[in-house]
Amino acid sequence: MFAAAAISLLVALALALVRAMLGPSVFDRLQAANTVGTVAMLMLAVLGFLTGRPEFLDLALIYGLLNVVGTIAVLKFFRHGDLGDPGHEAERHQ
Amino acid sequence: MSVIVDVLSGIFIVAGGAFCVVGALGLVRMPDFYTRMHAAGVTDTVGAALLLLGMILQAGFSMATVKLLMIGLLLLFTNPTATHALAKAARARGLEPLLAPEEDASKP
Repeated sequence: MFAAAAISLLVALALALVRAMLGPSVFDRLQAANTVGTVAMLMLAVLGFLTGRPEFLDLALIYGLLNVVGTIAVLKFFRHGDLGDPGHEAERHQ
Repeated sequence: MSVIVDVLSGIFIVAGGAFCVVGALGLVRMPDFYTRMHAAGVTDTVGAALLLLGMILQAGFSMATVKLLMIGLLLLFTNPTATHALAKAARARGLEPLLAPEEDASKP
């Protein structure tokens, strides 16, 4: 049962990677990266149950936190051209 | 009783895995960025929720359940935020959605 879930999560991971490689725009790649992050988080949780080591749930939590921070940071960079450095903003508005 | 819980959690986990594959398949097959985002939502909501629910049933009342609930809560808060930011950024960058060709109104 957990093995079936792990295999289907691996398939989902592979499909998301295909989209990340094909993706015509950078946003497609970011969406694929976000999906990879979500699936990897679930994969870590399933792996914890599969091997009987519940410590993996902590790894899943940390992975999720890092995933969202990474996505938002890269998005901000591609939307504004920088990471919102206040020095840059002040110069630009002069 | 425990057999019922086992079977139920098995159904939830297998269904969650299937929904994750469906979402990823949509991510590959859909024609443009906005529809792909819509398809990826399946993985983030139903797939993740069913998998976590199945694992909660399997774990019973323990610390693992609390952690699984925290993972679910994290997913529920962060994924819509990321999707919203992604769509806004794509719109701000001028990525147009793929629309159906304009219907000719003069034709009957």
